[in-house]
Amino acid sequence: MTTSAKRRNLALTAPAMVYLAIFMIAPLLLMLYVSFLERAQFGGVQWGTLTTVAYEKLVVERDLLGQLAFNTDYLSIFARSFKLAGITTVLTLLVGVPTALYMTTLSKRNAAIVLFLITIPFWTNLLVRNFAWILILRNDGSLDWVLQTLGLTHEPLNILYTPLAIGIGLTYSFLPYMILPAYVALERIDRRLIEAAFDLGADRWRTLRRVVLPLAMPGIIAGAVLVFVPCLGAYVSPELLGGGKSLMIGNLVQAQFGESRNWPFGAALALVLVLFLLLALASLALLKRRSALRLS
Amino acid sequence: MKAEHNLMVSPVNRVMAMLALVFLYLPIVTLVVLSFNANEVTTIWSGFSVQWYADVVGNDAIMRAARNSVIVATVATLLASAAATAAALGVARSTTAHRTSVEGLFSMPLLVPEIVTAVALLLLFVIVGLPLGLTSVVLAHTVFCIPFAYYPIKSRLAGLDPALIEAASDLYASPWRRFVRIELPLLAPGIFAGALLAFISSLGDFVISYFVSGPGSTTLPVYIFGMIRTGVTPEVNALSALFLLASIAAISIAFFVVRRLNEGNNAAGGA
Repeated sequence: MTTSAKRRNLALTAPAMVYLAIFMIAPLLLMLYVSFLERAQFGGVQWGTLTTVAYEKLVVERDLLGQLAFNTDYLSIFARSFKLAGITTVLTLLVGVPTALYMTTLSKRNAAIVLFLITIPFWTNLLVRNFAWILILRNDGSLDWVLQTLGLTHEPLNILYTPLAIGIGLTYSFLPYMILPAYVALERIDRRLIEAAFDLGADRWRTLRRVVLPLAMPGIIAGAVLVFVPCLGAYVSPELLGGGKSLMIGNLVQAQFGESRNWPFGAALALVLVLFLLLALASLALLKRRSALRLS
Repeated sequence: MKAEHNLMVSPVNRVMAMLALVFLYLPIVTLVVLSFNANEVTTIWSGFSVQWYADVVGNDAIMRAARNSVIVATVATLLASAAATAAALGVARSTTAHRTSVEGLFSMPLLVPEIVTAVALLLLFVIVGLPLGLTSVVLAHTVFCIPFAYYPIKSRLAGLDPALIEAASDLYASPWRRFVRIELPLLAPGIFAGALLAFISSLGDFVISYFVSGPGSTTLPVYIFGMIRTGVTPEVNALSALFLLASIAAISIAFFVVRRLNEGNNAAGGA
């Protein structure tokens, strides 16, 4: 490539690169810096002195006498977030992988229609779709109405504003993130391999377990990461369906920029989320390499 | 062909797929049905009514929020599409290293949890001293609009015959003339599809807008969130249903264009 062509290519990508450097990378670095500052008395931050107070706040608390005491309030929110994100990932796997498998058995035309139907909710407004669950789950909402009309229950189920409601909202929000990569991975499998497994006497379950799933594993793992990471930082579902209590990390982060006015702590919490994202991506790369090695 | 295709057919998978589709559409259908309910108490059906839709259209605050959303989505989409088109052309004939670094950066807004991007941008705007308003929302939305605008252009470019562009250079077209007469018309479907995706994501964004908007720059999702918080009213149902149906219409158009585009690519590849 000539120098002028090189320069031209760099110049063409420069606007987007510079834009994202200013409005994506720089803000993250700024957030890192703010997380090591101390909060000012009336919100905002005190510039200059670096401290790890914000990170200490995750596990300890200073009581009225200035003594440090172990505090599990925030850790329990982390634990709940992990639990909900984990359960959601498992549920989306249980529903998403069979759905993706089913799609591979359809004709090209029908598969495109189902793909389209699964993509639509993925693009429509998350807030509005979660709001719809309020109508279904609240006391004397649609679900109660259906169950009571059928005579199955006589009392409201009281599901709304519980972790169960958040779990339903999260599974609903992120199910397409699992189906789409799983489908792409399953669709790519060479059908002759499946045929060969059958010819060699394997039944459907054995073929699935020994041939199909191992081949599709990179896509399924990618789907799991795509569900788990945004679940961990979810804000909308816990806020609407969890009843506004700080139930997950996302709400806790928001509270630091709202009523609590503790920016360094909010920045530190957000960075912990970034850290988990990096860990998830690293393990994804590792798993992908391992499954590639096993197959070669 | 047909027989081997069906080796993996299993009733369990079929049931799961049906369940998944019911699960995905049940809330949407419920919402739309209840938005036509005449009863004030939104979950008790007492007859068909379009009253709440009239209320939505007659509500000035909602119309203002809708206008803000459209302004933000339009400006952010234009900025993002311009940057993404240039970038797609820039990496098309560049080194792999260059392409990898560009696409690595482009994937960040999609990978980093929304709440993290929102907080980071809020800190940037406050510290730089930019007042929170339509400008800050546009600047923030452009961040995630760039990757959405980029990928359809990239796939369009991948399906094009490089000889078309080389021929233009061989015939001594200036770079600008080559862009306007050759590249832009060829890329147009990709640019359109990308712009539509960027527009839809901007219109639907709640978390980032919630952090970086100010009192006068409330977007529709932020306004809806406020309404939900103060209580579920029939008006919220109607507004939400309208919003859902509008985005479903928009995404259907985008999907159709992308499909046509891919078919075009396949045909070009086969020729």
